Amino acid sequence: MNVATTVQTSPGLEAFVGRSAGQGTALSAMGIPTRRVEAWRYTPLRAFADTVWAEAPALSDAQAQTVLAGLPLPEAGSCVVFANGRRVEALSSLSDSIVSTAAEAEDPLEDRFSAVLNAALVQDGLSVRIPAGTDAGMLALVSLTVGENISTHLRHRIVLEEGASLTLFDVNAGEGRYVTNPRLDIVVGKGARLTHVKLQQDSLTAGHLAIVAASVDGNGNYDSFTLNNGSELARHEVVAKLTAAHAQVHVNGIQIVDGSRLNDLTSMIYHAAPDCGSRQTVKTVLSESGQGVFQGKILVDRIAQKTDGYQMNQALLLSEKAQINSKPELEIYADDVKCSHGATVGALDDEQLFYLRSRGIPEAEARDILVRAFLLDALDLVTDETLRDLLQGSIRA
Amino acid sequence: MPAVTETRETVEKLAKSSYEWGFETDIEMDIAPKGLNEETVRLISARKEEPEWMLEWRLKAFRMWLEMKEPEWAKVSHPPIDYQDAHYFAQPKKKPGPKSLDEVDPELLKTYAKLGIPLHEQALLAGVEGAEEQKRMPVAVDAVFDSVSVATTFRKTLEEAGVIFCPISEAIREHSDLVKQYLGSVVPAGDNFFAALNSAVFTDGSFVYVPKGVRCPMELSTYFRINARNTGQFERTLIIVEERASVSYLEGCTAPQRDENQLHAAVVELIAMDDASIKYSTVQNWYPGDDEGRGGIYNFVTKRGACRGVRSKISWTQVETGSSITWKYPSCVLAGEGSVGEFYSVAVTNNHQQADTGTKMIHLAPNTRSTIIAKTISAGKSDSTYRGLVRMQPKARNARNFTQCDSLLIGDQCGAHTVPYIESRNMTARIEHEATTSKISEDQLFYCRSRGLSEEDAVGLIVNGFCREVLKELPMEFAVEAQKLLQISLEGSVG
Amino acid sequence: MSDFLKIQGLEARIDADGTPKEILKGIDLEIPKGEIHAIMGPNGSGKSTLSYVLSGREDYEVTSGSATFKGEDLLALEPEERAALGMFLAFQSPVELPGVNNANFLRTAVNAVRRARGEDELDAVAFLKAVRAETKRLSMSDEMLKRAVNVGFSGGEKKRNEVLQMRLLQPSFAILDETDSGLDIDALRIVADGVNSLRGPDFSALVITHHQRLLDYIVPDRVHVMAKGKIIYSGGPEVAKTLEKQGYTQFLEAAA
Repeated sequence: MNVATTVQTSPGLEAFVGRSAGQGTALSAMGIPTRRVEAWRYTPLRAFADTVWAEAPALSDAQAQTVLAGLPLPEAGSCVVFANGRRVEALSSLSDSIVSTAAEAEDPLEDRFSAVLNAALVQDGLSVRIPAGTDAGMLALVSLTVGENISTHLRHRIVLEEGASLTLFDVNAGEGRYVTNPRLDIVVGKGARLTHVKLQQDSLTAGHLAIVAASVDGNGNYDSFTLNNGSELARHEVVAKLTAAHAQVHVNGIQIVDGSRLNDLTSMIYHAAPDCGSRQTVKTVLSESGQGVFQGKILVDRIAQKTDGYQMNQALLLSEKAQINSKPELEIYADDVKCSHGATVGALDDEQLFYLRSRGIPEAEARDILVRAFLLDALDLVTDETLRDLLQGSIRA
Repeated sequence: MPAVTETRETVEKLAKSSYEWGFETDIEMDIAPKGLNEETVRLISARKEEPEWMLEWRLKAFRMWLEMKEPEWAKVSHPPIDYQDAHYFAQPKKKPGPKSLDEVDPELLKTYAKLGIPLHEQALLAGVEGAEEQKRMPVAVDAVFDSVSVATTFRKTLEEAGVIFCPISEAIREHSDLVKQYLGSVVPAGDNFFAALNSAVFTDGSFVYVPKGVRCPMELSTYFRINARNTGQFERTLIIVEERASVSYLEGCTAPQRDENQLHAAVVELIAMDDASIKYSTVQNWYPGDDEGRGGIYNFVTKRGACRGVRSKISWTQVETGSSITWKYPSCVLAGEGSVGEFYSVAVTNNHQQADTGTKMIHLAPNTRSTIIAKTISAGKSDSTYRGLVRMQPKARNARNFTQCDSLLIGDQCGAHTVPYIESRNMTARIEHEATTSKISEDQLFYCRSRGLSEEDAVGLIVNGFCREVLKELPMEFAVEAQKLLQISLEGSVG
Repeated sequence: MSDFLKIQGLEARIDADGTPKEILKGIDLEIPKGEIHAIMGPNGSGKSTLSYVLSGREDYEVTSGSATFKGEDLLALEPEERAALGMFLAFQSPVELPGVNNANFLRTAVNAVRRARGEDELDAVAFLKAVRAETKRLSMSDEMLKRAVNVGFSGGEKKRNEVLQMRLLQPSFAILDETDSGLDIDALRIVADGVNSLRGPDFSALVITHHQRLLDYIVPDRVHVMAKGKIIYSGGPEVAKTLEKQGYTQFLEAAA
């Protein structure tokens, strides 16, 4: 439980700092957090410290096309593709109901490493708004990274005006050993609705440090689901703020971790207004030497009376060497609230397994059935059927 | 007679007599000068006539402490503590004529008056619940004033059973081998800032040794009290329970009202061998400061039990109503196969109190089990945090943990927080954790009031119900008194 | 006599998600000492609201009218003061109090009320004696005293527990809010006996019910028909029978 921020020198950090404005920046002041920093106690960034991460070179359209072809994408709707941190116009098309805007400054989130790193090295990104009352349908936002010892730092901003709606499919994939560090700012206006489904399928040797900052206005709904299914080390971090009455936030997810990989879902749901609700279900399946991390905080401001907050995280350990670290956290300053969280950690139920096998199902298949059953009630939270099917199909057994 | 009442009366008698006849040879040395350095540590050790190894142990701890920083991770805030601006040794002074404790502290007397009267009836009524068969046993008391043990009762009876119950300062001299073997073996001197400080300067506390196969014939109780001004209290408790032996230990504490903050940094170490069982119950009622948050005790305590033997069991029960700041995590290290750790806690904060409390359950061995039930009640402008760790190490096959944390908020100016850390490295281990936060129910309040209960009584009743699972773990009469204490602590929190 | 319970032009509303909803729209009702009155009416007519307003629930805002009980302004009193004055509400859905021992709750309530009435408190022995006599009468097991208040009680047990409280608190005016709902015939008889045993010149009651069935056992002196926040008809015990046979329609039409 010790906390101390220490600035460490490392080739990786020095390269990052060198590529940004240099010494004296927020990044150089923060350094790469060690495990003594509370927010990173379970997710060591050591692996990034030793490598000199260079700016990613441009990828040809053809190369991008090849990687893209292997990805599960919806057939209809808008699509924007970024390859090695650059927008690929040839592969992108936006419907008229999605209007490009200039990038705008948001909360710097300067105590969060992923945001600070992104701010220091940001390259490109998508900045759009959905006009009031418009249903913009599906938007696939694809980030591809291909190469060795390179990093990309995209920054996107999506604004939904009053009553607008959008389904965002946020796909991350690539080949090689790289760090990808996207930031996504989301503004959900009054009565607007954003369905955000993310597929993190980065290369199994990659680092993925994503941060989402969402603010949700009255009666607005930010409904998110993340499938953490790739990277050697991945953190998907969400900071969601409910700013006016009857806003709703869902931060759900599934993490599938094998090999000696680590997947991390970290969230802070900040109830800053009364009568809001938040829901969170996160399930993690761990095999081999996989490590899973869940850190979920619900913060309820003094004025946020009648908050209804619920959080559930469950981990299934399938191997002797797998590891889960979980920290569900409630910080509550309003009295008329209903907040609860639950967590369970355990293995497959032997009796269930036996039952299936006694009905003639081979063990491996029986295990697969039970693991999928464990994931099912989380997966069911993906409201868009097309995307739910796509996610289900991309879960590696 | 209820345990706490009996303890108090015993202590009063002792206080009167000991102040009359005790310590005359030490008059000149009864308070060490303010400040903390190696000389202070040497002086304490010398006053206690300690063997050389003990002094060395203290000095080592002191040197570690100098290198350490106060922990900052707890959700509490206070002005910096000037460790040089306190006395580290305060032996009760000889006063002209006997003086009762209650004369010193009318507030305390009031509290006890509130506690005392309905006890008989409460107990009878509680008899409805089938507890009437429970036999009253005498309670052996070790009274510690300003970290100096003034007397221990029932020593003869205990000796006959082979149980050692004495001030730890005496144990260091008389049972040096035992102390040397176990002191610091559960909470090493350098464990944390406050434990290191305690290791360097502790002046007294209780020592318990229960030999093989002995069930301690009575409840053991230590009564702690801070009397002197500008003193810190650093007591040290060491309880060793051998194979197939058991003990139930009660700890109560009070301090007079002062508008300064006083530091209490205790260390408690429990050791349970094969099939041994230790039940450690605390009712913590240090002075919490006044309505405006002035004064009160900083209660920074390290309590840890080691279940070393197979099937050993350590059970912590705490009712925390006092102190301006509480920082305390009674923990269990489950090293013996099949050992059991339990933590039952009620923490009540009101006015400007802050509490950051919880437990750590470290499962090292197969088939270990732990249960955590934590009830947090925040009222006034107070802040209360449950902070807990459940860790399943790779060898903890088939280990189990169940955790339930419930928080109740009374009023819209307080805070309640839950920070559990759940770590598992064994697939066969199972952890279940549940936490809820809610306000006191309007329906329940109205129901009680429509039956004639005042709002305050209704709150008291509902809060006691909320804490039931924990209170039932306390020895029967301790529980009745804890219930009253809860109600008193919440006075003025509604309306 | 006539100023025992007097309600005049009582209007009350509740805050329903930010918008006030009028529920009582001018109730006039007098219940003299020693009489038992019944209120019948369809769902949503405001029957339960009337019982909550009379017993002092804070969720309801009285916007107009008055209610006096034994000459005192009822609406100015806290719920516990109303209880001390002799009012008792048997809840339609008795509230569960987890962890609160039933016997302890009963005794705390009895002694709070006794204290307020200037009577001596009962010690544990006297209380247990009194409570055991009552549980026997209500065919309740002693085990129910050891459990937490209403937690895990069946519907019938909860209602019996309400009647037990009523017997122990000895009110001069009881409101029974659909006490018959969810009761089988034996339980209904026991509950009715509990009420009837209190009947006398110093006990009044207001029985709120959907069904005439309960009124076979507790025969009222007067029956009032309530609809849409008002009392639309009052008569003798025969009204209940008429309602049972013909429904509310004719009363509603007559009132329209």
